[in-house]
Amino acid sequence: MTNLLPYFLLLPGVGYIASLLAPRRSEKTVSGIAFATVGSQLLLALAFTALWLVNGATAIDQKEVVLYQTPHYSFFIDLSFDKVTAVYLLVGSILTFLVTVYSRIYLHREEGYKRFYNLLQFFFLGYVLTIFAGNLETLFVGWEVLGLTSFLLIAFYRTRYLPVKNAVKVFSIYRIGDVGLILAMWLAHHVWHHNIRFSELAGPLFQTLPEGLHPGALPFIGFAILVAAAAKSAQLPFSSWLPRAMEGPTPSSAIFYGSLSVHIGVFLLLRTYPLWHEETSVRIAIAAVGLLSAFLASGIGRVQSSIKSQVAYASLAQIGLIFVEVALGWHTLALVHFAGNAFLRTYQLLVSPSVVSYLIREQFYEFEPAKKTVESWLPKKLQYTLYMLSVKEWNLDNMLYRYLWNPLKWAGRRLDFLSINRALVLFTPVYLLGMVGLFNENLMPGNLVAVLPIVFSIVGLVLVLKAFTERHRAIMSWVFVLLNHLCVALAIAFNEHVGAWEITLYLAGIFLAAAIGFLCLRRLRNFEGGINLNRFHGHGYEHPKIAAVFLLACLGMAGFPITPTFIGEDLVFTHIHEDQPALALFTALSLIIDGLAIIRIYARLFMGPHVKSVYDMGYRSS
Amino acid sequence: MNHRPPAFDAHHVVHQLKHYLPAQAPLKDFVHHNTLHSFQHLPFEEALRTASAIFGYKLTLSLQEYRNLYQQGRIRKDVLLQVIAEHKGKAAAGDYRNQLLNGAFTLPGLPRIGALRSGWKKHYQVDLDSLVQPTLFRILCSYLDQGISIWSFPVTDQSFLGALREMERNSLTSFFRKRRSRQLLLDTECTIEDLLQLLVGKEDYYEHYLYDQQFAHPGWSGMVSAIEDQPQTLLDRRNISLHDLIVFELLLELDALDYYNGKNWEPLAFVVKEKPEDLFAPVPATELDEALAIWQQAFERSYYDQVLAGLQLEQTTPRRIAHHSFQGLFCIDDRECSFRRYLENEDPACATFGTPGFFGVEFFYQPGGGKFYTKLCPAPVTPRYLIKEVGSRQQREKDPHFTKHSHPFHSGWLISQTLGFWSAVKLALNVFKPSTSPAATSSFKHMDHEATLTIENKDVNDLENGLQIGFTVPEMATRVEGVLRSIGLVRNFAPLVYVVGHGASSVNNPHFAAYDCGACSGRAGSVNARVLSYMANHPAVRAILQEKGIDIPESTRFVGALHDTTVDDIQFYDIPALSGSLQKLHWKNVATFKTALDNNAKERSRRLELIDSTATAEEIHKQVRRRAVSLFEPRPELNHATNALCIVGRRELSKGLFLDRRSFLNSYNYAIDPDGTYLFNILKAAAPVCGGINLEYYFSRVDNQKLGAGTKLPHNVMGLFGVANGMDGDLRPGLPSQMIEVHDPVRILFIVEHFPDVVLQVINRAPETYEWFGNEWVHLAVVHPETGAISLFRKGCFEPYQPLLTELPAVADLTPLLETATENFPVYLLKTQSA
Repeated sequence: MTNLLPYFLLLPGVGYIASLLAPRRSEKTVSGIAFATVGSQLLLALAFTALWLVNGATAIDQKEVVLYQTPHYSFFIDLSFDKVTAVYLLVGSILTFLVTVYSRIYLHREEGYKRFYNLLQFFFLGYVLTIFAGNLETLFVGWEVLGLTSFLLIAFYRTRYLPVKNAVKVFSIYRIGDVGLILAMWLAHHVWHHNIRFSELAGPLFQTLPEGLHPGALPFIGFAILVAAAAKSAQLPFSSWLPRAMEGPTPSSAIFYGSLSVHIGVFLLLRTYPLWHEETSVRIAIAAVGLLSAFLASGIGRVQSSIKSQVAYASLAQIGLIFVEVALGWHTLALVHFAGNAFLRTYQLLVSPSVVSYLIREQFYEFEPAKKTVESWLPKKLQYTLYMLSVKEWNLDNMLYRYLWNPLKWAGRRLDFLSINRALVLFTPVYLLGMVGLFNENLMPGNLVAVLPIVFSIVGLVLVLKAFTERHRAIMSWVFVLLNHLCVALAIAFNEHVGAWEITLYLAGIFLAAAIGFLCLRRLRNFEGGINLNRFHGHGYEHPKIAAVFLLACLGMAGFPITPTFIGEDLVFTHIHEDQPALALFTALSLIIDGLAIIRIYARLFMGPHVKSVYDMGYRSS
Repeated sequence: MNHRPPAFDAHHVVHQLKHYLPAQAPLKDFVHHNTLHSFQHLPFEEALRTASAIFGYKLTLSLQEYRNLYQQGRIRKDVLLQVIAEHKGKAAAGDYRNQLLNGAFTLPGLPRIGALRSGWKKHYQVDLDSLVQPTLFRILCSYLDQGISIWSFPVTDQSFLGALREMERNSLTSFFRKRRSRQLLLDTECTIEDLLQLLVGKEDYYEHYLYDQQFAHPGWSGMVSAIEDQPQTLLDRRNISLHDLIVFELLLELDALDYYNGKNWEPLAFVVKEKPEDLFAPVPATELDEALAIWQQAFERSYYDQVLAGLQLEQTTPRRIAHHSFQGLFCIDDRECSFRRYLENEDPACATFGTPGFFGVEFFYQPGGGKFYTKLCPAPVTPRYLIKEVGSRQQREKDPHFTKHSHPFHSGWLISQTLGFWSAVKLALNVFKPSTSPAATSSFKHMDHEATLTIENKDVNDLENGLQIGFTVPEMATRVEGVLRSIGLVRNFAPLVYVVGHGASSVNNPHFAAYDCGACSGRAGSVNARVLSYMANHPAVRAILQEKGIDIPESTRFVGALHDTTVDDIQFYDIPALSGSLQKLHWKNVATFKTALDNNAKERSRRLELIDSTATAEEIHKQVRRRAVSLFEPRPELNHATNALCIVGRRELSKGLFLDRRSFLNSYNYAIDPDGTYLFNILKAAAPVCGGINLEYYFSRVDNQKLGAGTKLPHNVMGLFGVANGMDGDLRPGLPSQMIEVHDPVRILFIVEHFPDVVLQVINRAPETYEWFGNEWVHLAVVHPETGAISLFRKGCFEPYQPLLTELPAVADLTPLLETATENFPVYLLKTQSA
């Protein structure tokens, strides 16, 4: 039975590649491939689950491929199957299959038919990888795929302003979640000194916690995971992204933000339960986040006057309750609740256009003016206050801006004096000195070496902030992202004696991606003259090929699992010690902002309304 | 129109603004209209370039699209040369054609709208739209919401601003970020002038600023303006005005600037370097404008020429039919065009007529149990009559998926874990085996066919809310006479005269009202059909008619019916009231209707790529029916797409032509209306109705982004009255791309059968009618009833027109054609199988 697990990945993988190769014009072929892939996956899932149940339903875990191995470190893909996987697999396959069939006709003649199906298949692959993951590293690969496909599907109508803007917004919140996961992986690695498998957690591993472990380590892992889960499942304080993600074709909104994608945070909690279940503080925090989300989202949902945002808030209120159930350890209930909520919201979103005729008919026959609601019992002042707060979504959306992005932008703007030339003039000698120092470490005073990692990580952070807030020159922004990676590499090199091979692993992909990206940008500049980042330009409209290649470069640069950099990033963190939270934090921050800066360059240059085709584009507000 | 007083007058500017904003009413009352109605006082081409330069609309196909049409032969070479010759002289025609085909043209610069307000971003790096619009839209939508939210706006018995004041005054929080705007709202009168003074600073910039501001979100502004003008369009009424919207938006802008820049900012007019060009300054024609106009004319005439040639070439010897098997009155709707052709094919002894589908009876309708009235006549008419449905036994089905209890966390907890699993089953069922559900709309549910209607009024004091319940006998007689005379049915009555209204069915379709009968304000025409039949069957009415020279034999009965254009099914009313022999006749006719409907479904299917049109008519009909109940089908039918003609004349005029469902058909007999009295009434209604439909399709097609609704796939229903993309988007008026993608943007050609001098005199009777023809928003051709000669109306007079084509392909059997092609057909002559 165990041998069958890879097929669950192979099938959507092959389907995805076939979908990429399918002719763009042939709707039948494109949707046919998806139908066959997801359909077979569903059959396989049903058969496998039945067999598994008959065989006693014991959890399966298997190490599949070791991607990288050193004496202290091993990066491997690990697959597992248990009750949680089974439920997520069945619900996911059923919904994806139904939506596949549904969209066959719904998207007929739509520009981007094939793109939609490609993304749907890629999403499905990421989903399956996530739910079958037997260790955090494998899960993280799937997690990244989900984030990327989400971004691209929200921005499906890429020539309009709002979808692109909202896609970037959602991506940035996902990015926070990613860092939660990275930090969890980092600390977990240090606690157990190897990349742990989930199956080990339940076993004797837990009884053999290393001596002298910092008492905060395990709670820290728990909280990092909570951040990741809350971001992905739109719990507080991240909730406001969910209704804003409803920009793609209705079926994609239904399956992503009504059901599957948004329940992945719950999955993460269920999967990592053994890691944190003995930490009361974590359990309380999870339950509190869930309960508060449920309350607030219900309140906000009550005043929503657009149908999709209403369903979105209803869905995330239920997810809040599922968080509570998970925290309480009621996992079977949580799974049933997940399945029901996913099905219900998918269907509600799919029939949402019918709400006009249905509710107007109801209104026509049953209208009562000034209907009483629960709130009518409140004093007027409280009533108005509550209502206004709910309409404003308790300022959740502004809060993220105010406390997260605006300070970053503010900090970046302090760096306005730093032109590319000045930056290079300042950076190059410092970096070269650093390199020289690295190879002649014995000549340097010990306490200087000790602070260098943090110094270089701060330099890196400054550079990437600059990249993130650069308004004018796109190429400059791109170069700064590269410099940030170099700094991170140097900081780590100073921190611990890292083999050249490991640094190469980390930087090889970066350099390749940076070079390709640089060429793309140069080429675009040749066509278009100056390319600034002051607004969305929509150059993908005229230069779809450059856009596609540049997207790949961006993925490489951001450490997406298509280059070895991905493993390198994980590796980098293993060289940060558990007693260096500052270094970990700075490096993690670098990575978040780095991803944001990259996606910002891509979105601003290639997405949004095309600057030159004013007469063909919709209103910015549309 | 563009005369403006020297000083800024807010009232005047708001009034003008309303005129330019989209006029679409809430979705349930969707009625087609000319999207550019505000430019209708200008000649078509001047209007297009003016509107484009001011508002940035794209109002023709692109040069490349025209060139492609030329390559495909859809724009004919001879026609193009003819049109060029008319504009540029014969000598230059060849050269200019080369220029059109290969030349380069200077593209237009930026539109004037937005030029001033973009200064905020330029000078202060503040993105005012992003800071203001989401809040503005959300509050506006909450206030107007008709029933999506569970907890609705707490103050709805006051005007929009009044409600905001009341809430701001009694709340611990505020919609504003800073104190100033809140205080302005609470403590001052908030005139537009005062706020503009703070925000813009110089008076001569105010007007431009307001246009920039409101046209940054024309969807919401237009909806507010439409609701202000017709508050009854919201069942749960709201007292809103564009003025209130502007004031609130200005306050929010002020607030955003205070928030973003602190005290560190000056009014806009003091920082912009150059005053932007006057919005409404004349727009000179560019070379590109002229080229596009010539292309467009050539495109239109390439089609018209075939039609006009066809009128002259078709066999024009009508067979005299002594005894009609039945007669049918249909709506002029272009969708009935092929249905009538199939009926006439199936039963050559029948006769069909076309008249606007409210059948001359205007009233409000109250279905049994309904709490409101529904208007069943053209939108501009305000009826004085009320007709009520009595004894309806129709049950309204419910669908728990729409219940609001699934949203709060406590009841949602239970519902998601129970109903949730049923959802999966329902979804699977609909995906694989679509069937009807409470979510769907069906035209047959408009009225219970077993219920009775309060049609006759015996006491004029029988009033309800100021409306007279039913019509008196003389009122009925006037209406029946009007309809019969206008279509020329005054003698030779068949034993059965069907009055066939139409409606549509769909699911998951917020634009459902656009699919129903436009002459019934976007509702099904069943009630009207039944009402007219009742009137025409009434003995007292018939007595009056007889006095007036319309002698309907006692044996003749009128029968109401409803044709559903989506599923191609028909329902007849009051059949049990027919005598036994008539019932027998009726059942014979029903078979004819059924076959015609199957064939009609088959003809329609050729446009629907996903149906195999070579299957049998019955099989295709099944698939066509399924579309109306499939959640995943964004094109239940194609509605008025491809409409291009409106023929006003006897059926014989165009019976020998295959017009491919592209024509409105209004029956009219010049012989009984020598001075054009009825013609005037017909054109007065048909020009705005057919012209409005045609132009809405035209503009939604050429600029689907700004004037159409874009693709409907991501639409999100806002407050039950509009759709937007996503959560924070502007409302999207106009037609979604799925409705217009097969439409050819050509202006409609009216073809009237009468003497040119009479027609000229008729269209000059009312200026609002003349505007349509005189400014060439619609084309007009007249067929001389005696000679068959054709004249085209151009620049105020009729000129003789000789079609360039001298022959047209003739077909005897359409089936092979219908089974193989999906694009527009040329005009074919129909070979009648001679018996």
